[in-house]
Amino acid sequence: MPVATIAGADVAIDAEGFMTDSEQWTEEVGVFLAEQIGVELSERHWEVIRFVREDYKAQGETPTLRRVSTIGGVPTKELFQLFPKKPAKKMSYVAGVPKPKGCV
Amino acid sequence: MKRLLILGAGTAGTMVANKLRPRLDEREWNITIVDQNETHYYQPGFLFLPFGGYTREELERPKRNFMPAGVDLVMGEIDLVEADDNQVKLVDGTVLQYDYLVIASGTSPRPDETPGLDGDEWYKTVFDFYTIDGAEALAHKLETWEGGRLALNVIEMPIKCPVAPLEFLFLAEAFFAERGMADVVELVYVTPLADAFTKPVAARYLGDMLKDRKIALETDFMLEQVDSENHKLISYDEREVEYDLLVTIPVNMGADFVQRSGLGDELNHVPVDKHNFLSTQYDNIFALGDAAALPTSKAGSVAHFAVELFTENFLDYIEGLPMREQFDGHANCFIESGRGKGMLIDFNYDTEPLPGKYPLPGIGPFSLLTETEANHWGKVMFKWMYWNILLPGRQMPLPALMSMAGKIQEEVG
Repeated sequence: MPVATIAGADVAIDAEGFMTDSEQWTEEVGVFLAEQIGVELSERHWEVIRFVREDYKAQGETPTLRRVSTIGGVPTKELFQLFPKKPAKKMSYVAGVPKPKGCV
Repeated sequence: MKRLLILGAGTAGTMVANKLRPRLDEREWNITIVDQNETHYYQPGFLFLPFGGYTREELERPKRNFMPAGVDLVMGEIDLVEADDNQVKLVDGTVLQYDYLVIASGTSPRPDETPGLDGDEWYKTVFDFYTIDGAEALAHKLETWEGGRLALNVIEMPIKCPVAPLEFLFLAEAFFAERGMADVVELVYVTPLADAFTKPVAARYLGDMLKDRKIALETDFMLEQVDSENHKLISYDEREVEYDLLVTIPVNMGADFVQRSGLGDELNHVPVDKHNFLSTQYDNIFALGDAAALPTSKAGSVAHFAVELFTENFLDYIEGLPMREQFDGHANCFIESGRGKGMLIDFNYDTEPLPGKYPLPGIGPFSLLTETEANHWGKVMFKWMYWNILLPGRQMPLPALMSMAGKIQEEVG
């Protein structure tokens, strides 16, 4: 398992760069990860990130776009504006939770 | 008298009633099952209907025919589960008490969830095939369709029977080729997934099959709306796909009463323990079949394997014993590939579909992830088995848990 040093801390990541231990995440790490994918974080981004992290902690699974829009209250259209092209992947990347599994 | 109440007399609910009635003493246990429709449809048959494969009559049976003696079938629409009071209210005012509740009310396509989908063009140039009406309307359309661009669009996962969209495309390609229309029909598969299927090894096999058939693939397409007047699919990231004929797999959602009762997730599916189907909220409520929010396919085969394990667990559970059986997410699905052939996939929560033989290692008679005529006949025969063995709760000669025997592991390249 590769380890990256982000904001002075060692962070475990997978082959695609997704964090594998969400406990290692800090807001500084989030800012750094967002920069990697060219996203500048606004307060609205933080709302999404906080929801994704809380929901992951409660459910044990990375939330889907529908879950973030229905339960988290941020419409899908807006998620595409905040995290262009691939919001499901990008928001979980920045929030330090596992890559969404897709479906079955 | 103890009361087991089952909501939904579809595949899962009917099997539960049939499995448990002979094993729960009639002097001690009442079993009641509620449904709002009299007709049971053989849903795997809907896929063949648009291509003239079955008629409506071949795919329907009265639900009552599958209810064993000693089970009360109540016809009515469910209004609310009042879980804190252990009772269910029907729309007509009837109140049904329970000691244990099984929610088996399935999941269904919701075209009204997507702007522009079920407007003026519904059943004119826009069709679904996961309902008997949609499949039949599409069959009439295809009889006279002169060709053009047929887009098949999965709107959002999860859906019932996640292989059916691919099967539809394989069957459509064969259907148009047989009619000499290969040159005038263009097929395109528009999916929110990053690939042809969800699991890597199977996605590679199935992706190659699409290529061989010259079926175009448009991935990562999250549909926002349909411009049905101008025949266009429009995604959230503002891509457009044009079509002449749209076959859609709408958003699938569980029953509304699940949501109203506070028992559902964001798609009205019931969160449960994925190994024993017990509700995460109430220790006397289970959810089985498509109604449950499980990380495996929504399919009859899953319901079948799940109900077998549930039956044994339930008999222990009501005696206060721990549930010993642990469901592994086992699913197996025949995949029709056209021209009298089919494939088979067999997988669970942890193991993706792999090539090999099933159910007997090295022998089969079915081949995993490989197109054969035997697999096609397996699918054809399954209809008889469904009505005569599966629904009545008789034993199928297949293990409920997945086995690695006969499977060939390969590297994902």
